[in-house]
Amino acid sequence: MKHLLSTRDLDRETAVGILDIAEDMALTADREVRKLPTLRGRTVVNLFFEDSTRTRLSFESAAKRLSADVITFSAKGSSVSKGESLKDTAQTLQAMGADAIVVRHHGSGAAHQLAHAGWIDAHVLNAGDGTHEHPTQALLDAFTMRQRRYGADSRGRDLSGMRVVIVGDIVHSRVARSNVWLLTTLGAEVHLVAPRTLLPAGVETWPVTVHEHLEPALALRPDVVMMLRIQQERMHAAFFPSGREYAREWGLTAERFAALGPDTMVMHPGPMNRGLEISSAAADSSASTVLAQVTNGVFIRMAVLYLLVAGSQEASA
Amino acid sequence: MTGTLIRGASLLGETREDIRIRGGRIAATGRLTPELDERVIDADGLLALPGLVDLHTHLREPGGEASETVLTGTRAAAAGGYTAVFAMANTSPVADTAGVVEQVHALGAQHGYATVRPIGAVTVGLEGERLSEIGAMARSRAQVRVFSDDGKCVHDALLMRRALEYVATFDGVIAQHAQEPRLTEGAQMNEGALSGELGLAGWPAVAEESIVARDVLLAQHTGARLHVCHVSTAGSVDVIRWAKARGIAVTAEVTPHHLLLTEELARGYDARFKVNPPLRRDDDVRALREALADGTIDIVATDHAPHPAEAKECTWAEAAFGMVGLESALPVLQTTMIETGMLGWADLARVMSSAPAEIGRLDGYGDPLTEGAPAHVTLVDPAARRTWSTGDLRGRSRNTPYTGVELAGAIVATVHGGVATVLDGTLVDAEEVARRG
Repeated sequence: MKHLLSTRDLDRETAVGILDIAEDMALTADREVRKLPTLRGRTVVNLFFEDSTRTRLSFESAAKRLSADVITFSAKGSSVSKGESLKDTAQTLQAMGADAIVVRHHGSGAAHQLAHAGWIDAHVLNAGDGTHEHPTQALLDAFTMRQRRYGADSRGRDLSGMRVVIVGDIVHSRVARSNVWLLTTLGAEVHLVAPRTLLPAGVETWPVTVHEHLEPALALRPDVVMMLRIQQERMHAAFFPSGREYAREWGLTAERFAALGPDTMVMHPGPMNRGLEISSAAADSSASTVLAQVTNGVFIRMAVLYLLVAGSQEASA
Repeated sequence: MTGTLIRGASLLGETREDIRIRGGRIAATGRLTPELDERVIDADGLLALPGLVDLHTHLREPGGEASETVLTGTRAAAAGGYTAVFAMANTSPVADTAGVVEQVHALGAQHGYATVRPIGAVTVGLEGERLSEIGAMARSRAQVRVFSDDGKCVHDALLMRRALEYVATFDGVIAQHAQEPRLTEGAQMNEGALSGELGLAGWPAVAEESIVARDVLLAQHTGARLHVCHVSTAGSVDVIRWAKARGIAVTAEVTPHHLLLTEELARGYDARFKVNPPLRRDDDVRALREALADGTIDIVATDHAPHPAEAKECTWAEAAFGMVGLESALPVLQTTMIETGMLGWADLARVMSSAPAEIGRLDGYGDPLTEGAPAHVTLVDPAARRTWSTGDLRGRSRNTPYTGVELAGAIVATVHGGVATVLDGTLVDAEEVARRG
C-alpha cells in the first residue's frame, strides 16, 4: 500500500489485514519495552493544518513506538499561516527527508492531492480531510467493535452479522463517510440516523439504511450505536432549531440508553458534547468504548504506518 | 500587399467560393482571379464562417494582469477564431464607470486582434447595492450595451427589476449570473450523490433555476430584455423554454465546457475542473445540447476565465472558479454539436457569431460573408483532430480542462476587419496586427 487516503478503496482482505496487524501492535503494549525498531531511521511528518490535539498525539505516539523520527508541523504560527501553499509546504517537508506525511486538512481532497498531484513522492496518510474521510478513525472503530465482540479470537474476522447505527451530523462528518465504506466492506449492516438537514445529498445511493428518527433504529437492537459530535454552531445555520430539541429528538438520552440491549456498544469519536448528542449515563457506562477507541487508535496508526513505510520498503527490496 | 484573397473556401459548409478582402470589407465573392497585390490564402477543404463573437470573456485587465491582459486575451480569442469579445466587468477597478470601460475598449482597438466591447457592471463595485452609471457607460466611446455583475448574482429582486427597466432605456440588456447566494454559501461543486461522497459543499441546481424563474417573470413584468449567462441545468432550460413560449424577451447562453464535461471530473479533486456554475450531470449536458439545437439556448459563450497556476494548484475549496475557453470553443462545439448531427455549420455561425452580436447590439459582426460586408472571417479545418494540450493555448494562463481530450477541428485563419490575425494556424505578430489594424 502506497497511501491511505480513504476507506472506500480498501477491500475486505486488506482491511482485515490492517486490523490483524493492529492486534500485533496491541500485544507490544503489554511488554516492558513498548518500542519496536521497525521504522528506525525513517521520518514521519505530522502535517496538521487543522487543530486536533487528540489525533496528532495519537499519530505521534504511534510513530514513536515504531522508532521513527517524528516531526510535527502545525499550521498555526507557521509559514502556512503566512500564506505558504499546501504544495510548497509538502515539498519543503519532502526535502527534509519525510518518508511519510500524515496530513490533517480542512479542505476535502487535500490528502488525495498530496498523493496524486505529482508534488511529492512520500507516502501520504489521511488524518482527516475536510468533510470527506478519516480512514484511521474508521479502522480503529472497526478494530474496537471486533475486539469487543470476539476478544482474543478476533484475528482474521470481519464484522459480518453486526448491526451498526450511526447517529448525527452525517453531512459534515468525515468519520461517518469512512465508517460507512469500511463497515459495509467488512460485512456489517449500517444504519444512519439524522434529520434531513444533516443527511448528505445522494445518501440514498449509499449501502446503508437511512432513518430520520432515532427510535425505529434503536428498536432494531443494534450491536453498536455510534454518536457523532454535533457542532453547536450548526443550529445558527438552520440545520436544527436548538441544542435542546436536538438532544430530545436525536440524542442518546439516559432513557434511550437504558432501553438498549445489555451488549450494545456505545461509541463516540470524541470530543463529546455531554447532554447534547450523548448523556453522561451513556458516556460513562461500561457500554461506552470511548477510551478503548483512544487506546486502539494508536495501534491502528502503528499498523498503517508499518504497512505504508516498512511494507513498501520490503516490497522494493 | 493591400488585399487578401481566400481561395476555395466552403461558405458555411455549403457553396465553394473565393472571397476578396479590400479595405476591411469583402470586396467580392465568387470565382476570382488573384491580383498582384493580394495575399492568397489557399482555403481548399476549409470552411469560412463569419468571425466568431464571444459575449462572455474575462480579459482581467485592469487589475488581473497576472492571469490575462487585453492583449493576451485577444490573442487567445483570435487563435480561437474570434473577432470580437465582450469583456466582463469584474476587473479591479470594476468596470462600473465610463473611464474604465473606455480604457478597456481603447486597449482592444490599439492591439487590433479583436474588437473589445466592455460589459458594464450593473451595480457599483459589483456590490449589489446601487446601480452603476449605466447611462454614462452606454453613451461613452465604449458604447456599452451589455450590463452584468457576473461572478455575482443581482439577487435583490427590487434592484434587478430597476436594472432591467433602466437598462432598457439605453437598448441594453442585463446578463444575469443566476446564483441564489444563500443557497450556495461555500458551494464547491454540483450538489448530488458525488458531492455527498467527496465531502464538497453542493451547488444545487435550484439555486440557478429559482433565479432564472424569478428573472424571466421580472422580464415579462417590465418588458425589458434579459440574458441568462452560462445556463447549466436541465431545469433552467425548461424555465427558459416556457418563458420563450410566452413571448418573454429572454436569451440564454451555454458554455462549451457545460456541453462536454460532467461533475465526474471532480472525483480526483483536480481544481482545473472547478468552475462556476459547476459541471453538472450527464442529463444536464444532454438537455443543454438539445436546447442549443432547438434554439431555446441562443448562443455559445466561453466564460473564458484565466487564472494563474497558484490559484489552481491548491485544495479544491481554496482554488479559484473558472477555466480558459477561447482557443478550444470551436473544437468543442464541432465535437459536441456538429459531429453529433445536432447543429449544421450555418447554425454554428448563428450561435457563435450573429446571435451573440445581435444580443450585444454589436453592428457589423456576424453578417453573412457577402460583398460589402465587414471582413470578419474565420477559416476552420473541420478534418483536423488533435489531442488537446496546454501547448494549444495562446493566452497568459494554462487552466484548460481539456488536456488529453481529443477535439475535432482547428482554426486555420482569422481575419478581423480585413487584417489577418491568424494565418496557417499561427498568430500573426503583434506589431504587424497593430500596424495594419
